[in-house]
Amino acid sequence: MELFNSESKKIISDPINVNNPISLQVLGICSALAVTIRVDQAIIMSLAVIFVLASSNVILSMIRNFIPNRVRIVIMLSVIASLVSVVDQLLQAYMYDMSKQLSVFVGLIITNCIVMGRAEAFALKHGPSKAFLDGIGNGLGYGMIIIIVSFFRELFGSGTITLPDGGAGYVLFSIPESWYAAGYENIGLLVLSPGAFIILGLVIWFQRELIGIEEEA
Amino acid sequence: MGLEHYLSIFTKAVFIENIVLAYFLGLCSFLAISKKIDASVGIGMAVVVVLTITAPINWYLWEFLLKDGALSWIHPNLSEVNLDFLKLIVFISVIAAMVQLVEIFMEKFSQSLYNSLGIFLPLIAVNCSILGGSLFMVEREYLLSETIVYGFGSGVGFLLAIVALASVRYRLRYSNIPPRLRGVAMAMLLTGLLSMAFMAFSGIDL
Repeated sequence: MELFNSESKKIISDPINVNNPISLQVLGICSALAVTIRVDQAIIMSLAVIFVLASSNVILSMIRNFIPNRVRIVIMLSVIASLVSVVDQLLQAYMYDMSKQLSVFVGLIITNCIVMGRAEAFALKHGPSKAFLDGIGNGLGYGMIIIIVSFFRELFGSGTITLPDGGAGYVLFSIPESWYAAGYENIGLLVLSPGAFIILGLVIWFQRELIGIEEEA
Repeated sequence: MGLEHYLSIFTKAVFIENIVLAYFLGLCSFLAISKKIDASVGIGMAVVVVLTITAPINWYLWEFLLKDGALSWIHPNLSEVNLDFLKLIVFISVIAAMVQLVEIFMEKFSQSLYNSLGIFLPLIAVNCSILGGSLFMVEREYLLSETIVYGFGSGVGFLLAIVALASVRYRLRYSNIPPRLRGVAMAMLLTGLLSMAFMAFSGIDL
């Protein structure tokens, strides 16, 4: 199968745009909010999710014909849990500061409904190469939303934009001191949990407005 | 440690560090099910039951099997074994198995409870608040008794939050919300307001 025909393109681009896992399928919101205080956390988290999602989709799709229907949830959970353990160990080994900041939320990728949801809805019904593209696409869709949310939360909440590096993060931009001297203040609420809920609510609204999708009630 | 200590863990888990509104755990089922009040009471009760059971079991496994040097009670030579990288797999299997067990028990012993909670149990295996409860228990190094109180408190916090949101959404049915804000986006904004209200508790010092 060719990797770059129009169907494959659709598998990748749909979840980023018209079928976004967070804003339209409403999956995986738990971790989406907790790691959006800073942009670097959101980027690392998206990479972790893309890795887990793509590999679990490929593995489950390869063994899909051998999985008895009744025990599929347990099998999916164990495959996903092993992959997440790998990511967790890698982060602890190479990015210790980051793994401390993300704390339990890396482990919680296991129960991130996107991974289970895509395995159930796509990987168990399609071949490995398509499942791989679907995993990448949904991972990117997830990453896009959490990076947008974290951008607003960090910029207006703490007045900086931080990119990931090996240690405590590289500060790309920070609001100049003169602004603070002139009376500018960070919105402290955005760093706290209510800010995350409200920003994500607005982002979802905005995206649905762009695509033009409505929901009942 | 006296009663106040446990009371303070409980109050913290329910109000100040509410597992949904402060830690964002269990949001998928929180948003999906809060459309109906009776269903949210059902899933909330199920979360209380499962969290109160799984947190102590995972505590035993962590303390006597997985922690650095935890195996030394079998043989002193094993005291250097550190199995903590297995904790995610072990915890999630315990949770999945316990959910099945609770379901079977319920079906056998209380048909009426099974009818009201049964359909929510499978959903709970992949609810992050359950796994999150166990992981927080490890991270905060709770004792067994503290773990039980914490598990129960977190469950109650979830119940409280989901019933509150369901009630607000019920009232909003007759309001004129912009069409594309309806549903999840509105629920997120409401959760934000609820979480802001719960932040008022953070001043309480116990």
